[in-house]
Amino acid sequence: MASSRLVAPELATIKVHGLTREAFLMRSTLAAGAAYGALSATGLISSALAETSGGDVDILNYALTLEFLETEFYTQAAKRVKGLAKDESDLTKELRDNEAAHVDALTATIKDLGGKPVAKPTFAFGGAFGSRMAYLKTANVLEDTGVSAYNGAAPMIKSTDVLAAAGGIVQIEARHAALIRLVRNRPPAPRAFDAASDMDEILKAVKPFIKA
Amino acid sequence: MTDSALRELADDPSSRKRFFKMLGGAGAVSAATAFLAACGDDEDKAAGKPPAAAEVMDNNNSDLKVLNYALTLEFLEADFYKRVIASGMVKDAKVASIAKKFGQTEQEHVEALTATIKKLGGTPVKAPKTNFQPTLDKGLMEVLNTAATVENLGAAAYLGQAGNIKSKEVLAAALSIHSVEARHAAALNTLVGRGFGDGKGGLEGSLPDGAFAKPMSEAAVLKAVKPFLA
Repeated sequence: MASSRLVAPELATIKVHGLTREAFLMRSTLAAGAAYGALSATGLISSALAETSGGDVDILNYALTLEFLETEFYTQAAKRVKGLAKDESDLTKELRDNEAAHVDALTATIKDLGGKPVAKPTFAFGGAFGSRMAYLKTANVLEDTGVSAYNGAAPMIKSTDVLAAAGGIVQIEARHAALIRLVRNRPPAPRAFDAASDMDEILKAVKPFIKA
Repeated sequence: MTDSALRELADDPSSRKRFFKMLGGAGAVSAATAFLAACGDDEDKAAGKPPAAAEVMDNNNSDLKVLNYALTLEFLEADFYKRVIASGMVKDAKVASIAKKFGQTEQEHVEALTATIKKLGGTPVKAPKTNFQPTLDKGLMEVLNTAATVENLGAAAYLGQAGNIKSKEVLAAALSIHSVEARHAAALNTLVGRGFGDGKGGLEGSLPDGAFAKPMSEAAVLKAVKPFLA
């Protein structure tokens, strides 16, 4: 996107109903997942989504939740991780700023579509900032997870404008994943075809980081 | 690169399987297209759903066009890595392993796209005749810089087609390649020391467009790769 906002004026007139409830369901199921384990969360979220209209706003709110997670992760990492080399510290700040820009763009897009952006969850990253290695490993997992989440959700997007926006973001997540992997001395692109994960798989992966 | 990292470079058979699983529906679409086309106009009118056959056919044809365009770019990339490795100019073990792995990956993309095009009832384009010798003659840094630029181009090319793809299965498959091209681009840009980029676009830098990747049109991409075509 040329700007940080999705330009889709014709879509802004579409009214999306039930989003307050939708946002609430998404948030509370994520919290329930943290408290009771992945299975209860995935069950809840499937039924929650089945009851509502679905659609692009739901997918955008799902993406927004993941971008909140990544933004918070790098914001804390930039402050707390000790022993990073200068280029690693620069990378951390670059990734933080990119993820924050994704949060802003997704929030604006959801509003443009007449939806209600989900609230930022409370995150807990455990020992992820205890060492350089722990931080980089978690960052690697989060970025690879982000790629497969977007790749899995994008084909369900109805609007070509929203799809283009999601494509512009997933490419950045993939670049992030490669950069973090290089720092870790890991192959930047381990597979010829990146994975596409469904929401259940992603929620299971990020569950340990979501407190409420 | 450490030994364990090198071991991770080993083939991942599950990723190929996953690609074809995504395309599970594509064969069915192709068969349906053939069936609907065979039914002809009279059948459609009698059934009261006239646009179905034509629409499915058009969507199939436009996806085939996108897939053949992608195949042309993958041929170009695969050929480039093959020539670079054959030249023996890459001495550094880390760079060599990345060039080899990326080259294998592009070859897998060629094979997967070829299979997909056939599955949809289309004819895969032939590999274009390339002209990378002038690049090779300029030495390793020029080669790596070119690889970085071409991968950025590939990522932008796939992104530019996302909205044109009609079939969800084909879209899912293209996305699974798009993010790999993006990984290649970021890694090569870092290896040649380009940094993040200015965030204002272009084909240089690991994050040349900043937080939001920019697409490129087919015309712009074909113009950019023209120097490499014989």
